[in-house]
Amino acid sequence: MKALAELYVQQFKTTLASMFQYRASLLIWMIGQVLEPLVYLIVWSIVSNNSGGSVGDYTTREFAAYFIVMMVVNQVTYTWIMYEFEYRIREGILSFALLKPIHPIHSDIADNVSSKLITLPIMILIAAGLAVAFHTSVSPTPWAVALFIPALLLAFLVRFLLEWTLAQAAFWTTRVSAINQTYFVVMLFLSGQFTPLTLLPHPIQVAAAILPFRWMIGFPVELLLGRLTLTEALTGLAAQAVWLIIGFVLVRIVWRAGLRIYSAVGA
Amino acid sequence: MTLPAVHIRDLRKTYVVSQQEAGAMAALQGLLHRRKAEVPAVDGISFDLAPGEIVGFLGPNGAGKTTTLKMLSGLLYPTAGEVTVLGYVPWKRAKSFLRQITLVMGQRNQLVWDIPALHSFDLNRVIYHIPAEDYRRMVGELTELLELEPLLHKPVRNLSLGERMKCEIAVALLHRPSVVFLDEPTIGLDVTMQRRIRAFIAEYNRRFGATVLLTSHYMADVEALCRRVVIIHHGRLLFDGDLSVLVQKFTSHKTIVVQLGDCQADLRTYGEVVSCADGRFTLRVPKAETAHITERLLADLPVIDLLVEDPPIEEVIERVFAQESP
Repeated sequence: MKALAELYVQQFKTTLASMFQYRASLLIWMIGQVLEPLVYLIVWSIVSNNSGGSVGDYTTREFAAYFIVMMVVNQVTYTWIMYEFEYRIREGILSFALLKPIHPIHSDIADNVSSKLITLPIMILIAAGLAVAFHTSVSPTPWAVALFIPALLLAFLVRFLLEWTLAQAAFWTTRVSAINQTYFVVMLFLSGQFTPLTLLPHPIQVAAAILPFRWMIGFPVELLLGRLTLTEALTGLAAQAVWLIIGFVLVRIVWRAGLRIYSAVGA
Repeated sequence: MTLPAVHIRDLRKTYVVSQQEAGAMAALQGLLHRRKAEVPAVDGISFDLAPGEIVGFLGPNGAGKTTTLKMLSGLLYPTAGEVTVLGYVPWKRAKSFLRQITLVMGQRNQLVWDIPALHSFDLNRVIYHIPAEDYRRMVGELTELLELEPLLHKPVRNLSLGERMKCEIAVALLHRPSVVFLDEPTIGLDVTMQRRIRAFIAEYNRRFGATVLLTSHYMADVEALCRRVVIIHHGRLLFDGDLSVLVQKFTSHKTIVVQLGDCQADLRTYGEVVSCADGRFTLRVPKAETAHITERLLADLPVIDLLVEDPPIEEVIERVFAQESP
């Protein structure tokens, strides 16, 4: 445990050093992270203004609040492992990771958390700036704030575990970009990134409740905006816990199966 | 009798690959029905390494060297046969096993590309649980032996190939492994750097009593480091024994490269003319007569430059192969 803590501290230093080497691309990446929700925000604001100031149960300002919080939640839960895994296999980086007496997922978690710790303060500043610009604010109940923290953490863990699992498709195919693309499109709709889920037809909402995407992104946003009852919030946390367990099991099973293939065909 | 550090018996590794003929029709057929072929990469080899031994592991490209090293370090599991390293079954990748071995691949990098190597050193320190005192001492020793001092604080991407390789070797040895697998650690390096790395490997082996299995295409590496060599070709063992025996037995010739003004001269009286381009003759001469023939060449002809070489490792291996196959 102490050794693991040391690893995380060391990885933080390494990630920090790497990020400072790439300040420009970091900036571009952050602009992207801001731009995407901003585009949805502007589109929905226009739609809302043209339909008399609201769409469904969202007013123009509530749309703004929704997408600004979404931006921060997405930033916290985001992973890039799916873009990396195939490269790691191809370049033999995974082989070096396998030679080490530690599960490679630890380096990935540590790297991810580290880079979030570095970028999150900037993201929050941007979010605050946008909230002022769009004349919006959130005023959640104290229990919503209290539950938002574990909900956000669980959202991160679920997303991390599931995307880490999915990244391992690279063990089976070299066409991972097609899988990634499909995944992101499905997630865009079912996670609430593109539009609040309550605006979608009922069957899609049911699908979103069953599938993991809402629990990785949309749920913490709805929670902080005060759109959930306490029962709904607690049910949501339970759903996240279930997906967390599923994620753990999937990571273990798929990693083992993937390694079997890797160590059969070589790198 | 001590237990061998590395033990291999009838080791086999067969890759299953799908094959496709050239052409559109074949491609279409391939969509419907993939033809699979079994390619034996390692085809039943056996040898042991005693603790503290440095052994050269030779063979042409595709002979199965890297596949064998990967089976020894636990990255690949064997199709058949027995393999143990320090008593462990490598592919189970027990943590206590991984802490005692290392694999350096000359064509791959484990250092983080964008930042100074010292960061990667520090990461390995925590990953391998190296006590602070040991770590300091080891970094000190490696820095001294490999002259790393000016390199450790520069981003890895700014290092030359040779400088990077020195750092790669250092980072792979921080945890002081007792079994070291080196896959072409000197590939692409200039002669000075090759020599330095060679000297370092010898020193590491001497200082820590580590067992070293080394592949290289440079005969000089092997000659400088290994008394014993194991040669494989097409996945089969062709020779396992003293290097001096191998050289005596299979390199009966030397190569003399003579630079003349043009290719007009007839050098057949000096030795077998292998080739000539731009006045650069390559002659094959019996080893025992090398000095005599060199003398004659220099005396008889307007020689601009002259070079005496051992036949390349591939040629030695080819000879082994030619003589050992029925």
